[in-house]
Amino acid sequence: MIEVGKRRVSRLEAADPNLIGMVLFLAGEVIFFGLLILAYLYYRGQWAATGGPTDDVLDVPLTALFTALLLASSVTYWLAERSLARGQRRGVWGWLLVTLLLGVAFLIGQAVEWMTLFAEGITIGSGLFGTTFFTLTGFHGFHVLMGLVAIGVLFVQAAAGAFRGPHSSALATTALYWHFVDGVWVVVFSVVYLWALLS
Amino acid sequence: MTAKTARDVPLVPEPTVALPSLRSTEGRLLWLSSVDHKQIGIMYILAALVFFLIGGIEALLMRVQLATPNGTFLSPQLYNQLFTMHGTTMVFLVGMPLVAGLGNYLVPLMIGANDVAFPRLNALSLWTLVFGGLLLHFSFIAGGAPAAGWFAYPPLSQRTFLSDSGVDYWGIALLITGIGSVGGAINLIVTIVTLRAPGMTYRRMPPFVWLTLLTSFIILFALPTLNATVAMLLLDRQLGAHFFTPYAGANPILYQHYFWSFGHPEVYILVLPFFGIISEVIPVFSRKPLYGYAFVVGSSIAIFFYSFAVWGHHMWAVGMGFWLDLFFAIGTFLIAVPTGVKIFNWLATLWGGQIRFATPMLFALAFLVQFTIGGVTGVQFAVIPFDRQVTDTYYVVAHLHYVLYGGSIFAFFAGFYYWFPKVTGRMFSERLGKLTFWLMVIGFNLTFFIQHVLGWVGMPRRVYTYLDLPGLAVMNLISTLGSFVLALSILTFLVSIVHALLRGAPAGDNPWDAYTLEWATSSPPALHNFAQVPPIRGRRPLWDLNHPELADYRRAGDAVGEGTGSRKEARTP
Repeated sequence: MIEVGKRRVSRLEAADPNLIGMVLFLAGEVIFFGLLILAYLYYRGQWAATGGPTDDVLDVPLTALFTALLLASSVTYWLAERSLARGQRRGVWGWLLVTLLLGVAFLIGQAVEWMTLFAEGITIGSGLFGTTFFTLTGFHGFHVLMGLVAIGVLFVQAAAGAFRGPHSSALATTALYWHFVDGVWVVVFSVVYLWALLS
Repeated sequence: MTAKTARDVPLVPEPTVALPSLRSTEGRLLWLSSVDHKQIGIMYILAALVFFLIGGIEALLMRVQLATPNGTFLSPQLYNQLFTMHGTTMVFLVGMPLVAGLGNYLVPLMIGANDVAFPRLNALSLWTLVFGGLLLHFSFIAGGAPAAGWFAYPPLSQRTFLSDSGVDYWGIALLITGIGSVGGAINLIVTIVTLRAPGMTYRRMPPFVWLTLLTSFIILFALPTLNATVAMLLLDRQLGAHFFTPYAGANPILYQHYFWSFGHPEVYILVLPFFGIISEVIPVFSRKPLYGYAFVVGSSIAIFFYSFAVWGHHMWAVGMGFWLDLFFAIGTFLIAVPTGVKIFNWLATLWGGQIRFATPMLFALAFLVQFTIGGVTGVQFAVIPFDRQVTDTYYVVAHLHYVLYGGSIFAFFAGFYYWFPKVTGRMFSERLGKLTFWLMVIGFNLTFFIQHVLGWVGMPRRVYTYLDLPGLAVMNLISTLGSFVLALSILTFLVSIVHALLRGAPAGDNPWDAYTLEWATSSPPALHNFAQVPPIRGRRPLWDLNHPELADYRRAGDAVGEGTGSRKEARTP
């Protein structure tokens, strides 16, 4: 007879289960966002026929600025993890706080964009552009918000001295999620905003 | 972490026995708050059985309405609600929780683990399913149940045509249960990848574990599609978006593509784990190892890939164009091959075996026949002209019930009777089990076989009544009578459970002389499953332990000992 749960065999089996779980979850999220992007692209070809508003109403430079802030938040998150690895506790919660503020700034940017469009009478109900644009950016914004909740919890824990380092499963797992949300935005920004610039 | 302080003040009592009695102090709280995979698995299956009864009653009401031509038992509106609720309930609140429940209960035991990787996520997944199901049924008293069919095609499912809240409840309920399903799938994958006992290599995993792993991957990639699609439909209905509204220039066919790119993988979610059950039951009751393990697993991996490339065969009436039609027709023919391969695996396992016709085996054998009928009618749909002839008729109803009831549900009953002694520690009455089996076989075939003919003669599905045309009345009456025999078999099934729980003889650890690790522990299994597991040197570790003179690893040369993972180990017994 052999003891249960003693030996770890391959690298995958020795990996952090939280990380594997998050990778699987994000694989499903790729499909979810993929369909939203696909719907946007599919209807992009039909705007002209319907006569509704199109992507020329978008404020590309402003959103580019907020995109830079979101991307910067991935860097600051990495700096928080590096601080943990180096045992700099103040760095951990400090950089998490900066990450949190950058994420909030991005959401404010999204809100400004949406309010501007609303003021011009463009809503989720005004044609194919509005429907696909607000759904895509809305679900992305929701994911950013969820990430901020997670980072907020980590920040409070870090400030309370919960992370002693050099490694934290919670921090590493949330990092995967946060970088993924940033990556999705890179795709959305390219498909929606940069393409709008071209057309 | 701050976990230490949380542990000092427990919010809920810690269980001390495997299955706490509901009557004991805090017994109910111990179940509600449970994060134990066995308790959660049992609750999943109980929830599925409750919804199975509800969905069955909905079906019976429809059969009463259809018993005679020009029936007036149900209003057309109520009939629409009932077939929508029947389909939705059976797929999402019976099929999915059975898959999750069986996987939850069996996988950790079969791989020699003490629990799943994320016990609390497990509890969350269970309760999202239960509350999602309750929310769906709440629609009955909140202004009317959904009435757009279980796939809720727009524009019918748009607010313009169904303005009550039924479809909204449908969408929200599916979103909630869908999140739970994804959580459950992640949990099972991580469990299988990280928690296998030493020696339990991928090539030695029981086929049920393999098929649960593949099913979990299908759930992981298919359910987000459903979530996105349903979210779009809800946005259309609630916020006036235009994903699927033709008058705004949108294309409702997009919904059909999105829905079925979830919906067809879903069909395989609802059969693969049951293939796994059959691959466990048939070898044990034939006293032989599974014939062609590698083919069972390999063909299932093929099904995993094909299942995402055949959705268009639900849409041939739409007119997708020649090339898309061709693509999906070829895919549909191809996916029949790995499914057929497994039928031959099971037949070859039976060949020359010492077959014991116990209740689980009877259900498994009926599965083989009925699932094959469902598979044969299924591959006929790959012939596009034939599909266009019978689409949306009772031929489709007969086909899908042969696959999902004659196949999956019969396999579930095979598994239920097979593992019942393990889960409860009690043997059931073979007489009641066999009575249930024969009533179910007769009732099922009486109900659904005739529906092939009904479809041929052109009776459309989802229509609340029919004219008194030649033959329709008598065939529908036969089908309705059959459905009541089927209902009777469910009653004897419930009686057999209650009888076994009250009067059943103690089962012992391994009443069937089975092969896999779940039979190595006590019945019911202890709180933490195993302190120790038998050495795993092949695919039938418990057989090897109990019959060392006949152990698989002694026969390394032939097909049985092959694939023990390590040849060196196999040569040195």
